[in-house]
Amino acid sequence: MAKLDLKGVTKSFGDNMVCRGIDLSVDEGEMVCLIGASGSGKSTLLRCINLLEPIDDGCILLDGVDISEPGLDPQPIRARIGIVFQSFNLFPHMTAAENVMLAPRRVLGKSRDALEGPVKTLFERFDLGQRMHHYPDQLSGGQQQRVAIIRALAMAPEIMLFDEITSALDPELVGEVLDVLRQLRSEGMTMILATHEMAFARELADKVCFLDAGRILEEGPPDTLFADPKEPRTRAFLKRVL
Amino acid sequence: MTDQTRSQSGSAPALTRRQAYEQRLRRRSITIAAGSTLAVVLAVVLLVPLSRGWDAVKRSFFNGEVFAKTFPGLLDAFLMNVAIFLWCAPIIAVLGLLIALFRDVRSPALYPLRLFGAIYTDVFRGLPVILVIYLIGFGVPGLGLPRPWNSPYIWGSLALILVYAAYVAEVIRSGIDSIHHSQRAAAASLGLSDGDTMRYVVLPQAIRNVAPANMNLFIALQKDVALLSFIGPVEVFRQAGVYKSLLANFTPYVGAAVIFLALTIPATRYADYLMHKQRRRQS
Ligand SMILES: Nc1ncnc2c1ncn2[C@@H]1O[C@H](COP(=O)(O)OP(=O)(O)OP(=O)(O)O)[C@@H](O)[C@H]1O
Ligand SMILES: [Mg+2]
Repeated sequence: MAKLDLKGVTKSFGDNMVCRGIDLSVDEGEMVCLIGASGSGKSTLLRCINLLEPIDDGCILLDGVDISEPGLDPQPIRARIGIVFQSFNLFPHMTAAENVMLAPRRVLGKSRDALEGPVKTLFERFDLGQRMHHYPDQLSGGQQQRVAIIRALAMAPEIMLFDEITSALDPELVGEVLDVLRQLRSEGMTMILATHEMAFARELADKVCFLDAGRILEEGPPDTLFADPKEPRTRAFLKRVL
Repeated sequence: MTDQTRSQSGSAPALTRRQAYEQRLRRRSITIAAGSTLAVVLAVVLLVPLSRGWDAVKRSFFNGEVFAKTFPGLLDAFLMNVAIFLWCAPIIAVLGLLIALFRDVRSPALYPLRLFGAIYTDVFRGLPVILVIYLIGFGVPGLGLPRPWNSPYIWGSLALILVYAAYVAEVIRSGIDSIHHSQRAAAASLGLSDGDTMRYVVLPQAIRNVAPANMNLFIALQKDVALLSFIGPVEVFRQAGVYKSLLANFTPYVGAAVIFLALTIPATRYADYLMHKQRRRQS
């Protein structure tokens, strides 16, 4: 059974149908990359998986259980699926460590004392041990994005979603964030990435999906998709970005 | 290392060309400003006493003897203003926050709260303060309540609380609206409930953003405490009126004004400073 299974997911904003029947299956420990032009619906799809946006039709199965059932309490499910945004979205009035501890304290009911050790370990694992007690505006973009990743990881999620997390960074900071993804990949985290980093997708993804106008037009292992795209639109897109 | 520190702090630092230019410019503008201020002050000091009514005005508004005699009594009475302010302010803060939160509730079961919040702020921001003080301050004790429940101190304070809570609620709500929705999304994505999102993520930022605006409201409240004198409480404005009748002289009003300004000018300056600092941080 797939870890995550999307079946015929549709989503509209008013008249604008952004997801037009998306089928996607992600196995445990797999890394899937979503590529596609701006406006093709990558962010919307990720937000739907995390239940930040309710879907109109179809279903989303997590471990075989439908989490998109209308009326279901989304909070416990969101706690199992981490998401990291392009614009970091750290809480500016809290230090890095407080950002990370808030949800484990309030949602999982852990005490500050119990969290201190594990959180410190997390920061050190991603080379931020010295920055734990800094406020977001005292950190570089790359450091802020790594704190945002740590914040999501602190909830011990079963899946991580990443929405173009390097797009807002200066080029010299992209590498340190991609290194974090490599590390998570080697630890077997199940991940879905919306990304413009084609080289990175090619290097690490198990599967690449090309989104076009709200549909997955073509999907496959990176070697096949990048080297030998079947659809003319995929070919045109790849020609533009590569 | 030591060489460097010595050369930085020891010898007098030579100015760069730009700094020298700016210093010249600064000195020149200070000289001009001082000169023109002096001219205006001189004109006022020399010309005003030449006017025909000046002696009479001076006797009845700027009478040093009356000022010295009444000022301690006015200060005493001002303690009543401070007391009224001090018991109203925290209640206003809490009530204002509550009303602001009412207006943000999403669940349909709580819709009445939302409606109440909207009507409340519309009504109390739409009425002159003095009118609310009259209606409540005279109206409620008119019900024939027993002592101490017929005290104008209680009902006058309530009027101030009701009006100012409406303004504070509106300011806090604008602060809540100013927090970008991506902050709520980030909190929700971590599994935080709506309540926790408000309490730990949105409100702390919102309240910090509107602190200067709220401070200006509380400065206005400090002044409006004087309005209670119309329904009975003896605070500084009323006390000044008593002295005026007693001594047939308006100087006590000037004394009261001095007391208010001594408090409100530094407070206003401080609020401006906060606001300025905030604007710089946001840009
Ligand atoms: N909250 C919203 N309300 C209305 N329309 C929206 C909303 N969010 C997204 N859309 C629309 O949905 C479409 C897809 O947007 P989405 O952000 O998912 O694309 P994307 O593939 O992530 O693009 P990009 O590469 O630029 O991030 C766009 O046309 C956008 O205008
Ligand atoms: Mg996007």
